[in-house]
Amino acid sequence: MLTVTELHKVYDGQGRRVAAVGELTFTVQAGQFVCIVGPSGCGKTTLLRCIAGLLPPTAGEVRLAGERVSGPPKGLAVVFQEYGRSLFPWLRVADNVELPLRAAGIARADRRRQVAEALDAVGLADAHGAYPWQLSGGMQQRVAIARAIAYQPRVLLMDEPFAAVDAQTRADLEDLIRSVWQRFEMTMLFVTHDIDEAVYLGQRVIMLSAAPTTIADDLEIDLPDERDQLTTRGAPRFTELRGQVYAQIQKAKVDRT
Amino acid sequence: MRVAYRATQLLALPVLLFATWWFASAGSTAFYIPPLSVILDAFDDTWFGPRITEDVLPSLGRLALGYLIAVVVGVVVGMLIGLNRTLRALLEPTLEFLRAIPPPVLVPILMLFAGIGNSMKVLVIVSGCVWPVLLNTVEGVRAIDGVLIDTCRSYRIGGVLRLWHLVLRSASPQIMAGARQALSVGIILMVISEMFAASSGLGFTIVQFQRGFQIPEMWSGVLLLGLLGVLLSLVFRVVENRVLAWYHGVRTVEKER
Repeated sequence: MLTVTELHKVYDGQGRRVAAVGELTFTVQAGQFVCIVGPSGCGKTTLLRCIAGLLPPTAGEVRLAGERVSGPPKGLAVVFQEYGRSLFPWLRVADNVELPLRAAGIARADRRRQVAEALDAVGLADAHGAYPWQLSGGMQQRVAIARAIAYQPRVLLMDEPFAAVDAQTRADLEDLIRSVWQRFEMTMLFVTHDIDEAVYLGQRVIMLSAAPTTIADDLEIDLPDERDQLTTRGAPRFTELRGQVYAQIQKAKVDRT
Repeated sequence: MRVAYRATQLLALPVLLFATWWFASAGSTAFYIPPLSVILDAFDDTWFGPRITEDVLPSLGRLALGYLIAVVVGVVVGMLIGLNRTLRALLEPTLEFLRAIPPPVLVPILMLFAGIGNSMKVLVIVSGCVWPVLLNTVEGVRAIDGVLIDTCRSYRIGGVLRLWHLVLRSASPQIMAGARQALSVGIILMVISEMFAASSGLGFTIVQFQRGFQIPEMWSGVLLLGLLGVLLSLVFRVVENRVLAWYHGVRTVEKER
């Protein structure tokens, strides 16, 4: 579904070349939920922007369903960390969700249905007429997620989407994302710096090294599909997996310094 | 209660000034400073007659036309320049030069090209009002949030939808600030353009009164201009409150946090 081949990204600025992404190769199967973890400043966001077609790679390529990504591809949506800045403050919640559908030329009746369905799925069925800034941070991020769902992407990229919300909201949103993924059957690429979150959410966790980024390890998360905050996080297997990821990340940090 | 308080706050100083003027000038025998009561009598006789249709409305019509042309041209050209880096680098010094020319000095020049009719007066108003709108639009377009730009790119929102919902709405607070400046410039130019080779209009009439030593009538014209200024600024505020409702909402929420 999604293949990243020898991806390499160097930032060229004022006589200083900064290699952000070293050389990355991995493949994501259709419908898979993959989490990408790494220490802060390890080029996670750069990687995600390259995959989203927002940033041209220096070398290597990204292919989505066989097609080379050279600009933002069809059927791919991104949920940004800065939810407050990625929603249009002059549009009501429903209009925010609808705008990408209008751009895609979808008929009015279908747009209405998709918007209602998406807002319903994130638990905001009664917030259609509100402005984003009238909502709490967690609710704003729900709107951003609803916008992504309504767009019906094959691939959904999330860039540390819950980094700026409080712990309780974060747990709710994690469960929301799991249920959305199961219900709408999309390929999910979830970037985070939180190891627990990565293990809790993903079917697979890709661990990155510090910049210039390479893959430190690629781990299958063999937890049952039905997950919940209490039992999953309390399971011995969860602790074990988390330990493995943690050790890898620590090792990756030490290797670099 | 709040409304009453606010009204008192707004009206206290005007009432005080009016009373001071009234009593200070009450027994005045100075030819150039007649009592306010005389000025008000003259106001009645002078402006609530045929002069409304012969002088006041034509002046306001030219102001409205010139102002609207300036806003449309300023916003369209400002968006073009703001969106295009090369164009911006090319035009910025020239724009600064053109803006620095006081529009009244253009009157004699514009008279050569456009004669002494309505089109000259409208052109003078346009030539002064366009700059604050244009330069503010450029600034507003340049300051569009990067996350919002990325959002539009990844959802493939382009064309008219992008121009309206991303570019124009993002820049609207700055555009409105420019339009507000342009309004006061426009009122000044409306008067000045009628002081040269004109045969009707507010500015023309006031100068006629002055030359004919009709001092109370002259004063009443000045008073009328002031009142028109207040009225136009009230209308502007109503429009602004509608257009920028979202902006004021965001600002209020940010202050509370």
